[in-house]
Amino acid sequence: MAEEVRGRLAWRIGEVVEARPETPHAKSLFLEVPGWEGHKAGQHVDVRLTAEDGYQAQRSYSIASAPEDGRLALMVERLEDGEVSPYLTDELRVRDRLELRGPIGGWFTWEVREGSPLFLVAGGSGIAPLMAMILHRAAAGSDASCRLLYSSRSREETIYADELDQLAAEDGTLEVIHTLTRSQPPGWTSYSRRIDKEMLRELAPSPEELPLTFVCGPTPLVETVATALVELGHDPNRVKTERFGPTGG
Amino acid sequence: MDENRLDGNAAGGVLGEVFPFEMTSAQVACVSCGAVWRLGQAMVYMHDMGTIMRCATCDNPLIRVAHGSGRYWLDLRGVRYLQAEEA
Amino acid sequence: MSEGFFSRGFRGRRRQPEGDTPLPPGQYLVEGFPVLSAGPTPRTPLDEWDLSIVGGVDEPRRWSWEEFRALPSEEITTDIHCVTKWSKLGTSWEGISVDTLLEGVETAAEHVLAFCDGGYTTNLPLEDVTGGRAWVAYSYGGEPLEPEHGGPARLLVPHLYFWKSAKWVRGLRLLSHDEPGFWESLGYHNYGDPWREQRYWGD
Repeated sequence: MAEEVRGRLAWRIGEVVEARPETPHAKSLFLEVPGWEGHKAGQHVDVRLTAEDGYQAQRSYSIASAPEDGRLALMVERLEDGEVSPYLTDELRVRDRLELRGPIGGWFTWEVREGSPLFLVAGGSGIAPLMAMILHRAAAGSDASCRLLYSSRSREETIYADELDQLAAEDGTLEVIHTLTRSQPPGWTSYSRRIDKEMLRELAPSPEELPLTFVCGPTPLVETVATALVELGHDPNRVKTERFGPTGG
Repeated sequence: MDENRLDGNAAGGVLGEVFPFEMTSAQVACVSCGAVWRLGQAMVYMHDMGTIMRCATCDNPLIRVAHGSGRYWLDLRGVRYLQAEEA
Repeated sequence: MSEGFFSRGFRGRRRQPEGDTPLPPGQYLVEGFPVLSAGPTPRTPLDEWDLSIVGGVDEPRRWSWEEFRALPSEEITTDIHCVTKWSKLGTSWEGISVDTLLEGVETAAEHVLAFCDGGYTTNLPLEDVTGGRAWVAYSYGGEPLEPEHGGPARLLVPHLYFWKSAKWVRGLRLLSHDEPGFWESLGYHNYGDPWREQRYWGD
């Protein structure tokens, strides 16, 4: 492969080809981006909105699609007092154009060739970059073990709920464990509390297995999980974190 | 626990404006405590005034970036060295 | 850069004031009170907190929290302007005037460097923190100042861009030379007058 000199990160325009509600507060946006050179699971893009008078607002969104997928998927959670997310979920339509740059990131990324076991911990919209990893793993046909611990408020608010159940049903080496913190459907037998050290002690691979762990979601969840995993003996350099801030990405 | 801080990945875009390398996997040593980090592991505070990346051990600013009226300002005094891989 | 591109239907959250209250050039109003932090929020216990006047003074001054709160205080209603373009009108504070803190201080210094928990600094001319133009504020909107907004006490210098109103202030160092602070050494204007739109070096 010819050596490339990487230029400065440049803005480019993508077109919305599909907008799909995932939960009452979250929507997937699918984009075609001419000239997109691919990405690694875990990377994000910066999205920039420009008003007619030149005012701009910018936010980062994790890429939720696998590198193998032709379209770029972003998962946007609508924040009530947000400036960018309500525009993306309420106003943006198919065939609208969106300015973005990326892919960005080289630390919080995973490729199949890095191996496993893979331990993924998500809170709410933090599932986005981890979904890219799960889909990449499936598209590449990897059978290296992967366990996802996913915290959501309720079943209705669990993003990608059906898709994850489907993937886990088809693939014996993928395990998806949900914890629903606010309300649970009748007959719920899985966890029903915020992720804590005890839950991680039960569910995390042992440190001796040298798992690669990725934690993504609201800052308090990420810090609780990362601290607990290190206390349980995990190598801090093998626990990678992406905080989404106080309320989410 | 500080809700305003993010991980180094969040600064990937800003750093990508200035450096031609993928910076979140770049390795740095903190000039204050000597800890060695990948920039993706640094604690980032970022808003419209600028981006401040701090050592995850001692909170010393590693890298500071501001951008306005057509200029960038970079302060790398918190970093003893920075090692970035070719593209 | 994608020239001429704009996002259909995007307006953002900005407002302009009703009536004819002028804002400094380039500013807009916001709801809420944005928090911009450059580092972890300090949480100094009040029994470990003190406020000092040091540097080019005949005698350094120091107040504990109780001593500080016993000083004569003022209520201040003022507009504030952030260099990131948001403004808030008619904000209400309670604090001790810097004139009170400097009462009887002998100095030949012309410059001040405010220093804070967490390492933040900002520089100002001494004359800009005297003559009733600056306070050390401990209350905002009738409530004790929250840590995320600079509590227990912050500098309040509303006639300059709000980065000069240093959060978590622990003292003023009086100097005969000017020493650029945290943002002033990273491209931000040394003085910072919002009415002359002095945001960056050279403005």
